Amino acid sequence: MTGEGRSDGALERLKREGRIVVVGASLAGLRAAETMREKGFAGSLTMIGDEPYEPYDRPPLSKQVLLGNAVADHTALPRRRAIDADWRLGVPATGLDMSARRVRLGNGDEVEYDRLLIATGVRARPWPNAEEGALKGVFVLRTRDDGEGLQQALAAGPRRVLVIGAGFTGSEIASACRERGLDVTVAERGAAPLVGALGGVIGEVAAEMHREHGVDLRTGVMVTGLEGDPSGRVRAAHFSDGSTVEADVVVVGLGAQRNTEWLAGSGLGAGPRGIACDAGCRAFDIRGIVTDDIYVAGDVARSPHALFGYQFLSLEHWGNAVAQADTAAHNMLSESADRRPHLWVPAFWSSQFGVNIKSVGVPPMGTEILVTQGSLGERRFAAVYGYQGRVIAAVTFDNCRWLPFYEHQIETTAPFPPPFATVDRRPEGHKPLPADFPDPSVPTHGPTITLSGYSPADRKMTFTPGRP
Amino acid sequence: MTQALLREIIDYANRANPYPLYEELRKAPVSHDGDGPYVVSTYYEIQSLLHDPRISSDARNLKATGDDPLGQSAEDEGTTLPPSFLKLDPPDHDRLRRMTNRPFGPPHTPHRVHDMREELGGLVSGLIDGIATTGNLDRVDLVDQFAYPFPVTVICRLLGVPHEDEPRFHVWAETLAASLDPDPDADPTQHGKGAMDARMELGMYLAGLIEERRKNPGDDMLSQLATADGPDGAMTTMEALSTSALLLIAGHETTVNLITNGMLTLLRHPDVLQRLREDPGLSVPIVEELLRYEPPVQLLPQRTTLSDIEVAGVTIPKGASLWLILASGNRDPKRFENPDRFDPDRKDIQHLGLGSGIHSCFGAPLARQEAQLALSELARRLENPRLLEDPPQYRQNAVLRGPRHLPIACDGILPQAA
Repeated sequence: MTGEGRSDGALERLKREGRIVVVGASLAGLRAAETMREKGFAGSLTMIGDEPYEPYDRPPLSKQVLLGNAVADHTALPRRRAIDADWRLGVPATGLDMSARRVRLGNGDEVEYDRLLIATGVRARPWPNAEEGALKGVFVLRTRDDGEGLQQALAAGPRRVLVIGAGFTGSEIASACRERGLDVTVAERGAAPLVGALGGVIGEVAAEMHREHGVDLRTGVMVTGLEGDPSGRVRAAHFSDGSTVEADVVVVGLGAQRNTEWLAGSGLGAGPRGIACDAGCRAFDIRGIVTDDIYVAGDVARSPHALFGYQFLSLEHWGNAVAQADTAAHNMLSESADRRPHLWVPAFWSSQFGVNIKSVGVPPMGTEILVTQGSLGERRFAAVYGYQGRVIAAVTFDNCRWLPFYEHQIETTAPFPPPFATVDRRPEGHKPLPADFPDPSVPTHGPTITLSGYSPADRKMTFTPGRP
Repeated sequence: MTQALLREIIDYANRANPYPLYEELRKAPVSHDGDGPYVVSTYYEIQSLLHDPRISSDARNLKATGDDPLGQSAEDEGTTLPPSFLKLDPPDHDRLRRMTNRPFGPPHTPHRVHDMREELGGLVSGLIDGIATTGNLDRVDLVDQFAYPFPVTVICRLLGVPHEDEPRFHVWAETLAASLDPDPDADPTQHGKGAMDARMELGMYLAGLIEERRKNPGDDMLSQLATADGPDGAMTTMEALSTSALLLIAGHETTVNLITNGMLTLLRHPDVLQRLREDPGLSVPIVEELLRYEPPVQLLPQRTTLSDIEVAGVTIPKGASLWLILASGNRDPKRFENPDRFDPDRKDIQHLGLGSGIHSCFGAPLARQEAQLALSELARRLENPRLLEDPPQYRQNAVLRGPRHLPIACDGILPQAA
């Protein structure tokens, strides 16, 4: 470090004997801690996590664990190095005092910091009706305990599983159920699975995958209520089209909520959409002023991305958590001139129905889509998304080895549609199609109320629960 | 200048140490001269071209050019076996590689390579015992006595090719490997004709075997390729022939060089050899570093552009021939710290030694396992080994580069572990 001569030595002191607190003992928190130690941080490091477990990996929970091929408590994250931390596990952080630089814990303890990293992530959005959500056999899937519980429920051989929501998690769960030979119904309020993440053209391919694998896929419907038997176990679900599906396991896959409630009243710019921070991972306070001692990383962060019109993006991506944690840790221990921006290109993967799905960029920004290689019908393809004449995202189905090329196209704002010839370009790859994302002006999350009828006597109010 | 460098790459005089030349080449990421190929020598440019869908591996997309010594491959003639998936683009490449992978690797055959471990260990032990019984430890040729017979026996067993036929296809394999070598002084017609004949003869030989396996299938890969019936259907006879010819040839030359380059490097770095002797587990990072430091496939000379593309400020026109110098990218100081240092403790080692993208080495898991076993056992059992010639005599081939002989001496050979 070349801090000497440019600073008052505060940074060297911080590295030698400072106190760093990481709230959130998961992927981002662990990777940040490792990076800090790697950079020579020798002070005290406290890791706070509300779950009783050391950091573990989540992607296997909706895949290998549900298939019974891996055990939930064997998904601990491999360590890149020892971090010599004071672990406070099983205790949630409940408050933050920014001026006294203290984190309050659920057990009444307070931990002082010189630098704070918030990596509290997201939690599964629960079923909006708490009483129904508490029925036995109703699950969400986010934590290790969730994964273990659902795995056991599937292993017990239910007659039918209902998955509410066909996003990535919901689709992976449906895929695992079919692989285990279980009957499964998927209820999706949108027109197709994955439509929010990848649009209608790709959603249609996903819908075919579900149906071909024997999933009872119902799109354009909502689940209006869950019904239990006298013993308090779920037995059926009622749909908005008037139908009923009998199921003894129900998985609620309605997306995630950011864990920011503990920061209420702290003065930090934290809310339902995450914690706003600058490109260097420094959190904003509610006045829009950047802090210099509080950093954010992972799913809970919401940071501007230069490549995508400086939009504030919150990304629930594994790779983002790793990269952002690394940047945050680097910046926490650097002079301002040595700090670097988090410039990760969003990327995620999924595995369902035997198909490997990968994406880079921000597909929902795309207005058009073009299949540049392979074919939708064969479910082996690469497709790019266009936005105002440039490539903004790409997705591959069983074709991920080409993805680095498309990532480079996005990074260099290459023109859309791509003007060049490629190997394996088919006739369907000659003309862009509308990408067909749901209208963003229509509320997609959270409960809504709609009114119908004209005369005061006909006026009706319809409550719509949170959608997938 | 460029022309001179290209000639130097293929000049045998530089075979023992081509790295200073590569360093010279890297001064420009793309070099080109007249009608010759566009030569790409830097890591990031090679890496991105290997994932670029505007680059084809199918020689039929090549504009006939005068100067490229690999411009006309025997396979273009249409009178011999069809191109193997190595020289095809998707979707044909993907389909054939997928079908070939079914009996070889995950998800359908996840244990094949792993399950060969014991057999491979037995072969390694047997060959080292063989060296001991010759009694002459003052001069052991590690190529002829070990590094060649080992992978060849393995690929024969894997495919189900009778080992006693090895001398026959050894000749074909050598001819075909040599045909990859861009020798500017060879008569191109003669060069191509020889390769075509060898490919034809090899094809006819394999056709006989496949016919036999169709009647009496075993659990070797030849049987499985001949009788495959997965979601992609069955391979045609011609497809099965060119695929098995590819596996046989690729299983022949590359691993030999990996093991030989490996022993040569270890003998030049006795401290690492000593560490490997004490910890066979070190063979894993050693083999990875070897694939970076002395890759058996030095360059990929068979790519072509489907459109005009810009690489590091140079526009490469549609239909041009590309040479990707993997071994040069592996020593690019912009990518690797101290690239000319052999360092098995290197953490960040995403080398190009096995290629990248859809054509990345099909046999990689097997090659890795063979090299790891071979090197750790040689390190453990050879007592006080030393090089008798440094540098040793190299093969002619600039593409598949490795010593023709590796004469060593040692004081004794330790017995097999109990």
